[in-house]
Amino acid sequence: MAERKLRILVAKPGLDGHDRGAKIIARALRDAGMEVIYTGLHQTPDMIVSAAIQEDVDAVGMSIMSGAHMTLFPAVIDLLKQRGASDIRIFGGGIIPDDDIPRLKKLGVDEIFTPGSSTQDIVRWIHAHIPGRA
Amino acid sequence: MASKRTSKAKKVARPAAGSRAAAPAVKKTAPRKAPAKAAKPAGAKAKAAAPKPSKRKPAAPKAATVRTYSPDAAKAVAKDMARWMREDVDRSKAKMPLRKAEFTTDSGIPIPDLLTLADRQKERPEDMGLPGQFPYTRGPQSTMYRARLWTMRQFAGFGTPQDTNARFKYLLSQGVTGLSTAFDMPALMGYDADHPMSLGEVGKEGVAISTLKDFEILFDGIPLDKVTTSMTINASAIVALCMYIAVAEKQGVPLEKLGGTIQNDMLKEFIAQKEWIVGPRPAVRIVVDMIQFCQQHMPRWHPVSISGYHIREAGATAVQEMAFTLADGIGYVEECVKRGMDVDDFAPRLSFFWDVHNDFFEEIAKFRAARRIWAKVMKERFGAKDPRSMMLRTHAQTAGVSLTAQQPYNNVVRTALQALAAVLGGTQSLHTNSLDETYALPTEDAVTIALRTQQLIAYESGVDRVVDPLAGSYYVEHLTDEMEKLGMEYIRRIDEMGGIIRAVEEQYPQKEIAESAYRFQREVEKGERIIVGVNAFKSDRAAPIDLLKIDEQVAHEQVERLEKVKAGRNEAAVKAALAKVEAAARGTDNLMPPVLEAVKAYATLGEVSDVFRKVWGQYREGGMF
Repeated sequence: MAERKLRILVAKPGLDGHDRGAKIIARALRDAGMEVIYTGLHQTPDMIVSAAIQEDVDAVGMSIMSGAHMTLFPAVIDLLKQRGASDIRIFGGGIIPDDDIPRLKKLGVDEIFTPGSSTQDIVRWIHAHIPGRA
Repeated sequence: MASKRTSKAKKVARPAAGSRAAAPAVKKTAPRKAPAKAAKPAGAKAKAAAPKPSKRKPAAPKAATVRTYSPDAAKAVAKDMARWMREDVDRSKAKMPLRKAEFTTDSGIPIPDLLTLADRQKERPEDMGLPGQFPYTRGPQSTMYRARLWTMRQFAGFGTPQDTNARFKYLLSQGVTGLSTAFDMPALMGYDADHPMSLGEVGKEGVAISTLKDFEILFDGIPLDKVTTSMTINASAIVALCMYIAVAEKQGVPLEKLGGTIQNDMLKEFIAQKEWIVGPRPAVRIVVDMIQFCQQHMPRWHPVSISGYHIREAGATAVQEMAFTLADGIGYVEECVKRGMDVDDFAPRLSFFWDVHNDFFEEIAKFRAARRIWAKVMKERFGAKDPRSMMLRTHAQTAGVSLTAQQPYNNVVRTALQALAAVLGGTQSLHTNSLDETYALPTEDAVTIALRTQQLIAYESGVDRVVDPLAGSYYVEHLTDEMEKLGMEYIRRIDEMGGIIRAVEEQYPQKEIAESAYRFQREVEKGERIIVGVNAFKSDRAAPIDLLKIDEQVAHEQVERLEKVKAGRNEAAVKAALAKVEAAARGTDNLMPPVLEAVKAYATLGEVSDVFRKVWGQYREGGMF
């Protein structure tokens, strides 16, 4: 049986409306052959987790520019755990200072892509770290 | 056909000097000298034009009505150029091919091998004009920076109102000439600090504001009749403006003395920045209420700053930035006119806000082309009579999106070049970004370098001494014309769609921008577009920079203050005032007076926004990408 396509939820949590990056990532992942669901703006952690479970995604990529990353990433990870969906991988990007990256990884974020990352780096990372399902 | 053209040319050539659209030959200087000399006794004006009755060539008499170059001269140049292309350029290309098959601006405008006098023949003299004269291509004022430098206005806001108040006072002590307030995301989206949606965002991207109390602290010790203040807020702009008015009142400063700008450009929010409460139509209605109120009561206030900045940052090209922004402006004017306002009553207070990106000459051309289009649109389409209605005045900010996290000190240089472009383009005020802004809000040291960049341009570079120094540059004039043409094509397309509000509802500009953003990213990744330090000239040596961190304590402090304010206010008065806001929202009365009453009663920003949500519903956008 052919492997099903990777399903990725691209999410914009919080109030910040800077969606240029999120949209570019969404499009690049789709162009790389993945199935991409984009949440649109202003999502609460609860909305993101519900969408991730409903859409049965392999990973959630979150884009945060507002400085609220230390609050929003853990909130999504906790909710995934609570709902028994911690197999869904989390990656993210945005305006995230270097010092915060190890802390986020400790909290359960699989990877952070900082400004200047190429979309191809992200595609490669997904292929290397997120196993497809049958 | 050819003979017809010649005879026509002859006809117009005869009335010669001074006649509109005529083409006096450059060679024939003699007949032009005569009228200049004859005009000499006419007094001061003539004296200014020809300081000494010497053999020196007189300045073009009454410029703007005279074409400078003759068709003959142009033909000669064109012939020369053809030979040059054949002999020199082609030979050179054979020896050493060009670095690129095709050169274009960042917007994709083709750049020819060379522009010459011949290209200027296409130019219509009435498109150029003089500084301070229609169509303002050369600048909105006749003397520009020779009379007054641009306003150095550094956008600031973070943490608590106390934090931002201290930053304001620091900036004033360092020579900024106008304040500019950044609000945090909850305030921009119409939520109080204690709302669940505000989690993690209080004071992060700007100053936290929930009630009038916060505004009182924010402007404490700053005389509002002495400074002009810009407030970057849109969806909840009406609340912020009312709070500002209320603080001024407490300082004893009357409405008519308040000078400043509130961004209040909701159309670009739906297009690009995505901060909203209610949908496009009610949002624009609130904007028009504010324009009307300011027109009646606040003659020194700019009630809307029609902004290309965010459109550009979201990925638009320079052409798209200019076109969509002017289309937004047209949209507001149409709505005000529909309301029954006379265009000359409000249009002089409309102002603009451009992003200044990397492509140096294209950016300069954008400022010039935008002024020309706006002047023509206001005059021809809306029948404006007051020159101030046609004059596009603008703020500008260097491009945040062009800054790189890699090698952050390079950002100082990028910003300097962009700032110079804004000044050469003729901006009225300017914000320069700080080198650390890809990481966080700027530190005080970083802001100081950004401000010094402007001061260096103003006081050391010498560009302040001359008005529109690039006028007549074949390239800049060519780009100005091209941008006007391409901008007008977009504006026509939007008109055909039924206007900008309709286009926004159909997500037309949004899609165009997303397309450009994606194209840009692909060019970067393919190495077709070089970003120094990112996809070329990388270095492993990290340059450590200090970052401004916003403590979570800010959120606690804000929530505490909010609770205290709510505990101490007259609930009945708040309820009554909010009911009046609702009644006005449901009807057609101007919303400003009831919102002013509500904020004075210490109704919160969130409470007023909730009334709007109740009446019109919270707006949501689908996840298009």
